[in-house]
Amino acid sequence: MMNTRRILPGMRISLSITLFYLSILVLIPLIALFTKASSLTGEQLVKAVWTERARAAYLLTFGAAAIAAAIDTVLGLLLAWVLVRYEFPFKRVFDSLIDLPFALPTAVAGLVYSSLYVKNGWLGQFLVPLGIQGAYSRLAIVLVLTFVGLPFVVRTVQPVLESLDAELEEASACLGATRWQTFTMVLLPALYPALITGFALTFARAIGEYGSVVFVSGNMPFKTEIAPVLIVSRLEEFAYAEATAIAVVLLVASFAMLGVINLLERRTQAANSSAH
Amino acid sequence: MSIVVKNLTKHFGNFTALNDVSLEAPSGSLLALLGPSGSGKTTLLRIIAGLEGADRGLVLYQDEDVTHQSPKDRQVGFVFQHYALFRHMSVYENIAFGMRVRRKPQAEVDARVRELLHLVRLEGLGQRYPSQLSGGQRQRVALARALAVQPRILLLDEPFGALDAKVRQELRQWLRQLHDEIHLTTVFVTHDQEEAFEVADRVVVMRAGHIEQSGTPQEVFDHPATPFVMDFLGNVNVFHGRVENGMAMLGALNVAYPEYPHAESRQATAYVRPHELDIEHTPIGTSSLEVRVTQINPAGSVAKVRVFSEEFGLALNVDLNLERYAQLRIKTGDRVFVAPRNVRVFMPEAPDYVI
Amino acid sequence: MPTEIEQVTMHGVPSHLPPVVSVSKTHGRAAQQDPAWLRYSLIGTAMAIIGLLIIVPVVSVFYQAFAAGPGVYWKNLTGDSDTRHSIYLTFLVVPVSVAANVVFGVAAAWAITRFRFPGRTLLTTLIDLPFAISPVVAGLMFLLLFGMQGYFGPWLREHHIKIAFALPALILVTTFVTLPFVARELIPVMEAIGSDEEIAAISLGANGWQMFWRVTVPNIKWGLLYGVILCNARAMGEFGAVYVVSGHIAGQTDTMPLRVEKLFQEYNNPGSFAVASLLTSLALVTLFIKIVLERKTQQELKEAAEPQAST
Repeated sequence: MMNTRRILPGMRISLSITLFYLSILVLIPLIALFTKASSLTGEQLVKAVWTERARAAYLLTFGAAAIAAAIDTVLGLLLAWVLVRYEFPFKRVFDSLIDLPFALPTAVAGLVYSSLYVKNGWLGQFLVPLGIQGAYSRLAIVLVLTFVGLPFVVRTVQPVLESLDAELEEASACLGATRWQTFTMVLLPALYPALITGFALTFARAIGEYGSVVFVSGNMPFKTEIAPVLIVSRLEEFAYAEATAIAVVLLVASFAMLGVINLLERRTQAANSSAH
Repeated sequence: MSIVVKNLTKHFGNFTALNDVSLEAPSGSLLALLGPSGSGKTTLLRIIAGLEGADRGLVLYQDEDVTHQSPKDRQVGFVFQHYALFRHMSVYENIAFGMRVRRKPQAEVDARVRELLHLVRLEGLGQRYPSQLSGGQRQRVALARALAVQPRILLLDEPFGALDAKVRQELRQWLRQLHDEIHLTTVFVTHDQEEAFEVADRVVVMRAGHIEQSGTPQEVFDHPATPFVMDFLGNVNVFHGRVENGMAMLGALNVAYPEYPHAESRQATAYVRPHELDIEHTPIGTSSLEVRVTQINPAGSVAKVRVFSEEFGLALNVDLNLERYAQLRIKTGDRVFVAPRNVRVFMPEAPDYVI
Repeated sequence: MPTEIEQVTMHGVPSHLPPVVSVSKTHGRAAQQDPAWLRYSLIGTAMAIIGLLIIVPVVSVFYQAFAAGPGVYWKNLTGDSDTRHSIYLTFLVVPVSVAANVVFGVAAAWAITRFRFPGRTLLTTLIDLPFAISPVVAGLMFLLLFGMQGYFGPWLREHHIKIAFALPALILVTTFVTLPFVARELIPVMEAIGSDEEIAAISLGANGWQMFWRVTVPNIKWGLLYGVILCNARAMGEFGAVYVVSGHIAGQTDTMPLRVEKLFQEYNNPGSFAVASLLTSLALVTLFIKIVLERKTQQELKEAAEPQAST
């Protein structure tokens, strides 16, 4: 793109608005967070972020998020495949319903999920007798996180699958590959970047999720308490410094995830652009 | 191994892609399917490969009926127009793919890949990825990959379509040489008549789902069977007129046409190739046309001259070889005479016409 | 590469018109076809997933909201003054946040897509940052600034300005959480459209505002609206961040999602589901508008791509 600074107006005003806005809403609050965290001594910091309760919360947060993201990756691939490759009645309706978790307030998701899987709930009445506790348990957390993250993988894989050249599969068939070999050796590797991006997006979202989990988990320390819930309960005890320290741990994990996503996207883009 | 296609018909919805097409590619031949877009040539190639099913008709490899075999079982080498290389695999793994899915031992795979890399002159590039290759190199990888599985026949869809003119020229000659070395029955699709004529030993001209003409390049070029073939094979000058009593009367041009000795006058169209027209400063015999030179373009090996006949409102293209052009010393605006050395007359088919 | 069947003129001479029939679109390619049993079982599984994870919960929300009849439902929504206030509060907070993000989004997209300056990539990353921050952490950050123990807390109290546990904090965190939506939607659209038309407008003597309203806005309107819809949906449903800064004062700082939680805690399930059903309806409307707008934005991008392709 040519440099349009001399031709088009509004560089100063648009950049000023952008920088001012980002400073007020993003930079200054972030600085406040890290300043607060750094006001703790090393020992206090360790004590805040590395209690037994906090460790249990991290483990649950990252574990449940990873499991939910893995489930969503498998389900997302299947959904994307079905939506791209097959025709069936009400396909468009199903396709758009996949975005519902983006549009539905997480509190509503939490509320309804907690009611579905209890003993006399619509689904719980079948599952609880089998010993499957889909509410107020770790399983409940995984379930609701799976719901919240469902669209990410579908929406990252779908366009890639759509743009895959039919000739790749034909070439593979001509070379003697079975349909399964074509899937595992040709299609799946082409989808890996999208699948990994989708996984990372789901995982990042699940780490920070609060609204839905707080309804379904029961929030029992050591058992079903996730890190964001722990932050809130520290805040309610007015233990701001401790809450901040735990928040920093979460934040660093999320930023790392964001970094990975960006790196992947750039690599995929680079691969795509150099191939043409 | 010969390829025989019998009475193939294929519809896509209301569109007839192929209409009762039959052809044979003799064992070891190099056959070109030539035609404009929509003529059905690619569909025919895809049906031969098994990538598309036919509505009616048979496909035989030698004597084996493969009409209902899947592409995976046909053992054909297919080179796609845009190569369809697996971009996440190295050149080596692309070529090895067909052997990997057949679970061949590594030593055999290695030996074969090396052999093919040598054959397509890409030694040392095995570890590159498709995105790191030029168009011509990708084309050769695609060919090596197709050859790796010892195919019974080789099929190529517009093999040079995506390449620039220079690379295209080199690869054509190379493909011809390669074919002379390995003698694999080969069919390729092209819309470029030059390409078909330079590479193939048989040319099949297709149009709107059927075969217009097939034969050796010389036969097709020298004796076009229909106006379409004539037109498609290159720039032609068209004259409209009548035939009667063994003569064709095309405005100022009158040529003998013994194929139609009848007295009843009929409409006809005559075609003359630019290089079959000659220019003189004086009238040539009885059938020459007075024209004005409107444009001269000495491009490459011929001088392309455009002339215009005010009398008949007719613009003609004349190709002169450079020697002749130098000799004539014509310039724009000159009044000259043109005469054909060779005329092909076609009459519209008339069902009630009886010889 | 689809097998092209181009239009053929009457004389069989190829014309260079776009394909009239595209084989690959209307007919699946043989090599891409899966056996019927696989196709049907995958479609069945996909429907079951969507049914269990999405459709059943949505139906359940409305079922539980209306379980005691529409009369009770109406009373649950309108009879409780705290619930009424939560609806009012949400419809106050959301438009302010969305409007702020529209101004920001347009400014940021303009700066990023129309000019080159150092730190441009960093700016793009900064815009995405709120997506990577847990809402709870977002709420905490603002509490650290404006809360009683926060950095500006004492000064604010001295001057009798209430931000934390009051409306300003609700607006601030909601704006923060939804900050990326509009900008992220506009940047690719404006990038694709390019600046040719705007440069033309300026060269024809338009001033900045004329160019913006007559050229830029008509070009990006669908993309902008799409961003607004996404932003609006998220703002409406935001829970974690609002939860942290609101102080849960019923009738004062409870938005609709917070009200859902409070009623749930009070074991008032019908009331909770009544508010939830309202939010769910808004989500469904959002989905519907989103489908329509997606088609429009795609058209916008396609139209932008076409003149470039022909040069």
